[in-house]
Amino acid sequence: MEVHLSPGWIQTPGRSDPPVSARSSWDDRKDANSALLSNYEVFQLLTDLKEQRKESGKNKHSSGQQNLNTITYETLKYISKTPCRHQSPEIVREFLTALKSHKLTKAEKLQLLNHRPVTAVEIQLMVEESEERLTEEQIEALLHTVTSILPAEPEAEQKKNTNSNVAMDEEDPA
Amino acid sequence: MFVLVEMVDTVRIPPWQFERKLNDSIAEELNKKLANKVVYNVGLCICLFDITKLEDAYVFPGDGASHTKVHFRCVVFHPFLDEILIGKIKGCSPEGVHVSLGFFDDILIPPESLQQPAKFPSHYLVAALTLDPLSDEAEQVWVWEYETEEGAHDLYMDTGEEIRFRVVDESFVDTSPTGPSSADATTSSEELPKKEAPYTLVGSISEPGLGLLSWWTSN
Repeated sequence: MEVHLSPGWIQTPGRSDPPVSARSSWDDRKDANSALLSNYEVFQLLTDLKEQRKESGKNKHSSGQQNLNTITYETLKYISKTPCRHQSPEIVREFLTALKSHKLTKAEKLQLLNHRPVTAVEIQLMVEESEERLTEEQIEALLHTVTSILPAEPEAEQKKNTNSNVAMDEEDPA
Repeated sequence: MFVLVEMVDTVRIPPWQFERKLNDSIAEELNKKLANKVVYNVGLCICLFDITKLEDAYVFPGDGASHTKVHFRCVVFHPFLDEILIGKIKGCSPEGVHVSLGFFDDILIPPESLQQPAKFPSHYLVAALTLDPLSDEAEQVWVWEYETEEGAHDLYMDTGEEIRFRVVDESFVDTSPTGPSSADATTSSEELPKKEAPYTLVGSISEPGLGLLSWWTSN
């Protein structure tokens, strides 16, 4: 599905322009981290792009646009199945402010934002050396921050509610 | 999972598009060129984020189109090392488990990445990944056999299941076309050489919490 573009194949007649150059590399983590995007931001961007293209209408189906259509559709489909689709800029801001006290790296905060972990095991996966850096109470507090600020999938919430209703009914006859 | 990458490129706008706003034409051309394409050592480009700088546009003799040097930022899929991702199992093969994210398919979890960790609690005695010998060729499935006090449980890694994995390695392959090879090279009637994926990720599920989501959900 992906086609490779090698830098430097852009040749304009009569001029030697510098090729497509990208300022990022696997080892360059300091710079790479400053350009990280959360899934929610990409979701917003692609949704807006889709709206814009729907309005302008005419040439969406030309062969040149097919790649953009494919990648936008697939990426939106992927992100829509994650809890990121219910987030908003205010929620993200609130979440990051609440995390300030926990002293996490940017990459760890991003993973918490993207995945919304609900168990301690997931926290241990996303936070490096969590046994040394966080006590059990801190992990509990972190989980509580994550689950209270970040919205969950609505079906998961409903399932939780029906479960608790069933428990209440069982107690009644006693 | 996604990063913003600054890039520079020269965009050619043909004369019949001169009536459109320059920014719109340039955005459309850049998206056409970059969307769903892998840039070597950068990642899979998703779409244009914004244009940061437009330099002067030039028209060259012999070509009526305008050429504009553009500084822009692009949304690129490039997970960082040790990032946790959730994908769907596309299939199993002797090379390992193939995982897909929908928009990106070339993720492989090799068999050796489900280890026997000595420091696990005693009921994770054996974690051996074997290819199920009883299933026929069409349905090869990797199985995680783990033992508890009650006995061995077989956990199948079926196609279509959601799986949480950690990115441990990535590799970029330069697939740009090479020149014509020597005189006794293959003729045009023979098969094309095997297509290599320009960007592949290697994953691992050898930690508690990783693997199929259904293995770790509390009931």
